[in-house]
Amino acid sequence: MKTTLSVLVENHPGVLSRVAGLFSRRGFNIDSLAVGTTEIPDISRMTIVVEGDEYIVEQVKKQLNKLVDVIKISKINPEESVSRELVLIKVDTSPETRSEIIHIAEIFRANIVDVSRKSMIIELTGDKNKVAAFEELLKPFGIKELVRTGIIAVNRGTNTIKIEEED
Amino acid sequence: MKISGAEALVKSLELENTEIVFGYPGGAILSVYDSLYKSKIKHILTRSEQAAAHAASGYARVSGKAGVCIATSGPGATNLVTGIATAYMDSIPIVAITGQVSTDVIGRDVFQEVDITGATAPFTKHNYLVKDADDIPRIVKEAFYIAKTGRPGPVLIDLPKDIASKKIDFNYPEQVVLRGYKPTTQGHPLQICRAAKAINEAKRPIICAGGGINLAGADKELLELAQKANIPVTTTLMGIGAFPENHPLSLGMLGMHGLASANKAVTQSDLIIATGARFSDRTTGEVSGFAPDAKVIHIDIDPAEIGKNMRTDIPIVGDVKGILRDIAEKVKHNERTQWIEYISSIKEQINSPIDDSKDLYPQEIIKMLSDKTSGNAIITTEVGCHQMWTAQFYEFTHPHTFISSGGLGTMGYGLPAAIGVKLAKPGETVINICGDGSFQMNLPEMATAVENGLCVKILLFNNKGLGLVRQLQEFYCKGRYNQVNFEFVPNFVKLAESYGIKGMRVKHRDELSKAIDQFLLSKESFLLECELDIHENVYPMVLNGSPIDEMIGG
Ligand SMILES: Cc1ncc(C[n+]2csc(CCOP(=O)(O)OP(=O)(O)O)c2C)c(N)n1
Repeated sequence: MKTTLSVLVENHPGVLSRVAGLFSRRGFNIDSLAVGTTEIPDISRMTIVVEGDEYIVEQVKKQLNKLVDVIKISKINPEESVSRELVLIKVDTSPETRSEIIHIAEIFRANIVDVSRKSMIIELTGDKNKVAAFEELLKPFGIKELVRTGIIAVNRGTNTIKIEEED
Repeated sequence: MKISGAEALVKSLELENTEIVFGYPGGAILSVYDSLYKSKIKHILTRSEQAAAHAASGYARVSGKAGVCIATSGPGATNLVTGIATAYMDSIPIVAITGQVSTDVIGRDVFQEVDITGATAPFTKHNYLVKDADDIPRIVKEAFYIAKTGRPGPVLIDLPKDIASKKIDFNYPEQVVLRGYKPTTQGHPLQICRAAKAINEAKRPIICAGGGINLAGADKELLELAQKANIPVTTTLMGIGAFPENHPLSLGMLGMHGLASANKAVTQSDLIIATGARFSDRTTGEVSGFAPDAKVIHIDIDPAEIGKNMRTDIPIVGDVKGILRDIAEKVKHNERTQWIEYISSIKEQINSPIDDSKDLYPQEIIKMLSDKTSGNAIITTEVGCHQMWTAQFYEFTHPHTFISSGGLGTMGYGLPAAIGVKLAKPGETVINICGDGSFQMNLPEMATAVENGLCVKILLFNNKGLGLVRQLQEFYCKGRYNQVNFEFVPNFVKLAESYGIKGMRVKHRDELSKAIDQFLLSKESFLLECELDIHENVYPMVLNGSPIDEMIGG
C-alpha cells in the first residue's frame, strides 16, 4: 500500500538528511520524496510517498513528528487531492519513428523540449498512472534516460495544510 | 558590551543554572575552556569523554536537571557517542557540547574533523551545528528545553571554532519558540475516564511501571492509584524504584530476567496499565504471548511509543504524573480479594540459593548489602549478571536509587554514572556494583573520584570473565565458550590502592558480613572485590522467542 504524506519542515540545512536518515534507520521504505520551499520562505514542504501497511504509516507519522524540525504532517487522500509528477524522458529517435513519438506526446499533452538527430527529450506532467502509461508506450523506441521529480500533491478545494497559529 | 561566542555559551549555561559540567578539553574547544576558566561553573575532568557523558547522565538522573558534558572535536566528540546513545535509549536529559573545526574548512577533512551532528542524529533528541554566533543563546535555551521536556533525551550542540571566537551582543531569550516541538502533557479526559472505567471493571489488573515514572517524578501518584484500587505493581528495569519493593502490592521486576511471580501474574492479568513504559523486548518476551487475555492501557508522553511494540486498547498521551492523579480520582476502591490472594500466593520469598559451602553467592551478597543499607543508598550498576542480580535481589524502595543502563546495556556506565550521582547527592551513599569485565571499561574514573574527593564505593564481582555472555553461550551455543574468560586479570585491590582507594578482597562467605560493614562505614572511596564462580547463572531466564511465563529456573 502506498500513502502520500505532506510534511511541513523548517527550511534549514540538514533537515532533509534527518528525514531521510529516519526512514533508513527505522526500516521504512520511501517510494518518492519531493521537497521545495512553500509560500512561507522559511518552511519547506516535503511530499513523501511511503510504502507500507497502516502500522508502518502510523509509525512513520509519529516518528517524523518527533523531529524538532518537522512542523506538521498530513496524510493526502488520493480522492480529495491533486497529485502530479514531472518526468523528463530522453528517447531514441530515427527519421522513421520521430513522427510517431511526437504523436504519442501530443496525445499525452507532453512537451518536446529538445530534439537532436538521434534523440528527443519529452517533458510530461501527470499523476502516477499517466506517467506509467506514457513510459510504457515509449519503451519500444528505446528510453535512454528518465528523470522524475517525485510526486507532489495538494488537497482540492479550500482545504489547506497550515501550521497552527500560536495560542 | 560584546562577548565571544564561547563566552556566550558559558553565560547561557550559567543562566540555565548549570552548576557542574563534565568534560575533557582539546584544540577545537579551547575558547570554551578559556571562558569556563572565569566562570563559577564547576568543571569535572573525567578520564575519557565517554565517562563525561555517563557522569552527566548519572547527575541528571538524580538531580532532576539536565547533565552537561563537553568534548573537543573529532575523537573527543566520537568518544561521547556511546554516552549519548546510552542516554537516548533511557530518555535521560543531557546537553552535550562539542568543539568543531572552523566553518570555512568544514567538509575538508581537516585535523580532528568529524560530522558529529550527522553521527548522532539517530540517537539525539535534537542536535545543532551552530553556524551563526548570534544563535548561541537561543540554541542553548532550546537545547535545555528540548532535553528536559516531553520525553527527555540528549541534545548536542556542535560549536565551530570560528563561531566560538566571534563577538556578539548577548541577549538571552526569555522564551522558547519551536513550532515543530510541542509535547502533549495533558492526558485526554475522555481516555482518562475510559481507563478508570476499565480499571473498575477489571478483575486481574496489573500496573507495569517504567522509567517514565522515575523521569516524571510520579511515584507518589502511582502509589496512590495502586493502593486506592488495589492493583499489584510490577516494574521494568528502568522503572525500578518507582514503586517500593517492600510494599505488599509490589511484584518486583518483570521480563527476561524478571521475577517468576511478576511474569506469571502479568500473563494471568486481564488489564495491563503500562505507565511510562515502552514494552521493550526485554520486558515483554515474545509479544504475542504477553498478557494474552489482557486489555492494555498505555500511558506515555511519547505518542510514538503507543502501538509501536504492543497492541493498545486505551492509549493516553501525556505527562504520567497528572494522568495517574486524574485516574486515581476516578477509580473506585476495590478489594479484589481473589486476585490479591492469588498474587500473594505466587509471590515467592526471593531467597538466594544458600547451601552450606564456603563459597560466596552473588545473590546473597546483594541481599546482604540491601539489608545493611536498608535500601538507603543509590546503586549504580554496569551491565551483566551483577546488574540483573542487583535488580532482583536489592530491595529498592525509593525512586532514582537504581541507576543503570537499560536500553543500550552499556558496560562501563556504572562507575562514571556513580561520580555524577555523588556530585548531585553528596549526602547519599553511592555504590557502583560491577563485574570485572565492565569495571575494566572505565576504571580510570577512579582517578576522577579521588581527585574530586568523592566517596564512591565499588562492589566488584570478579568472576574473571564475562558472566552474562558466558551464560548466553551456554544456552545458545551449546556451551562453546569463546572469549568469555579472562586469562589475565589484574590485582584489583592493588590497582585500587594505586589510585589511593582502599581495597579489600573476600573469597569466603564467613568474611562477607564484616567486609560489607567496613565497606559501608568507609568515609572514602572503597573497592570491595568478591571472588565469584563464573558458572553462576542469572535465573529465571526467558529464552529468545518465548513468552515471559516460560522461564528457565523460574
Ligand atoms: C560496551 C559493551 N560491550 C559488550 C557488551 C555485551 N555484554 C553484555 S554483558 C557482558 C559481560 C559483562 O561482564 P561483567 O561486567 O564481568 O559482568 P558479569 O556478567 O560477569 O557479572 C558483555 C560483554 C555490552 N553490554 N556492552
